[in-house]
Amino acid sequence: MQVYTEQKKVGKQSVLMGKKVAILAAATVAGPKESLGPLSNFFDRHYEDTILAEKSFERAECRMLEEACYLALGKAGLSPEDMDYYLGGDLLNQVISSTFCARSLAIPYLGIFGACSTLAEGLSLGTMLIQGGFAKYILVATSSHNCSAERQYRYPTEYGFQKPGYSQWTVTGAGAVVLGPAGGKGPRIEAITTGKVVDAGEKDPYALGSAMAPAAADTIYNHFVELKRNPAHYDLILSGDLGGVGKKLNEDILAGKGFDITPYYTDCGVLIYYPHQKVNAGGSGCACIALVFLGYYYQKMLAQELKRVLLVATGALHSPTTFMQRESIPAIAHALSIET
Amino acid sequence: MGSYFTAFLVGGLICVVGQLLFDLTPFTPGHILSGFVVAGGILGGLGIYDKLIDFAGAGALLPIASFGNSLAKGAMLEAARTGVVGILTGMFELTSSGITSAIVFSFFMAMFFKPRG
Amino acid sequence: MVKNVLSAFLFGGAICFLGQLILNFYISLGVPLQQAGNPTVATVIFIAAVLTGLGVFDDIANLAGAGTAVPITGFANSVVSMAIEFRREGWVLGTGSKMFGLAGSVIMFGVVTAFIVGLISALI
Repeated sequence: MQVYTEQKKVGKQSVLMGKKVAILAAATVAGPKESLGPLSNFFDRHYEDTILAEKSFERAECRMLEEACYLALGKAGLSPEDMDYYLGGDLLNQVISSTFCARSLAIPYLGIFGACSTLAEGLSLGTMLIQGGFAKYILVATSSHNCSAERQYRYPTEYGFQKPGYSQWTVTGAGAVVLGPAGGKGPRIEAITTGKVVDAGEKDPYALGSAMAPAAADTIYNHFVELKRNPAHYDLILSGDLGGVGKKLNEDILAGKGFDITPYYTDCGVLIYYPHQKVNAGGSGCACIALVFLGYYYQKMLAQELKRVLLVATGALHSPTTFMQRESIPAIAHALSIET
Repeated sequence: MGSYFTAFLVGGLICVVGQLLFDLTPFTPGHILSGFVVAGGILGGLGIYDKLIDFAGAGALLPIASFGNSLAKGAMLEAARTGVVGILTGMFELTSSGITSAIVFSFFMAMFFKPRG
Repeated sequence: MVKNVLSAFLFGGAICFLGQLILNFYISLGVPLQQAGNPTVATVIFIAAVLTGLGVFDDIANLAGAGTAVPITGFANSVVSMAIEFRREGWVLGTGSKMFGLAGSVIMFGVVTAFIVGLISALI
């Protein structure tokens, strides 16, 4: 069994990966609102409604996820049989969308739950599996769907409710990545900082930006400290879905700890929609970072316009029950340093 | 009962109270509307809510507090007629129309319409 | 927030104004004054139910806030939206079981309050 000796555990949370594993291909499938957003041209497939002529929102989400997977595999010139593992997760109970997708793909399956941080969690674990000599090719995919998420976590989709201004809109879409040994133009995973669960005591399930920002700041801070880097090391620091409110909070917390990330920092939640699309504080959901990073920024990296990106996916790990029981929202953020 | 002006005014003001509670408190709509119903029930018990209905007509009949008032009145009227057990037997007498129509119309809407998100 | 309050006032007032129109209509049909509330409430519930089914109620409610939530339209919408949404889980396990998922607390608190109020008034 091969064991790469270049990886090094640096501190409690970070690992240097040595750029041995790369994103070989990526694909994105977008829903109606996302297809009308500013990054629409960068997505591979677009849908005009959320039901896709399926019997339920859940089936529609599953179909988007499968399409993203097959598109990514096609772009990599590989088939499901070539994949050693499929790492997938989504927002639904028991990550059922990923499980049904795994059923179609028939790849050895490792279901994960990181809520909106799933993409980073999957990329982290996939990279470690490949670099540890346990796999050659890994498929990582995630999805979210506005209606299936609302229906499960909050209210029926036709319920008349005025959302607060700090709330976010769950993105409808899916993204898939094929990871493999670095060789060609694909951006490589250089370092991983795995997050700890951070609970800031936020209890409002509509205030996910402020629930997750402390987790993002914690992971980013530890990443800089453990790897002895500062924000200027990166061309871009990208968080998943903190939204307008969370983004500012994240900047403030880090500034208070001595790191000014503002010149390099943006958030997928504020990028995915136009202001006139009435999404309050911006987008959220597993597919938010998937669509924005895999659609837009990944292509910029392929074109060498961005050399070093710190991808920080944030997830709110509450369950539909915890809100009812007046528990606060535990959050997590996983960071990957990706370089061309 | 009521006039167009008082209906608009009182209905609007009751909704303003609701909106302030929505925006300024951490409670969900379910909590706040339950609060309205309790208030309606208490005001109904005191005989005050009926006076509001006389003044404002639909402006007091339509807000959900009226549901509490009707439940209380139903219970009280039947109790006055047949004794304490009337609280149980008369409870839904005045609210039957609202509950029945909500159930029946929901059934048919679910038959003909799909959620659109 | 001021915008929300104003909006709630206008939409809530308008719904009650409409309700008053419907009330007077039924009175003019000969329904006794004390009973006229019943068909009025049923009619307003019907309108809210259809708007929910058509998928427009939530858009109106986003503007109106408490203006649609506080009147009986909010109650109707909560029941109808649950019924429609969970149709996917079937008539028994979905629509039937979940219908009062949101409105149930309003009914429970109303009945319990009325019970206590009734008890107090009967014993005085």
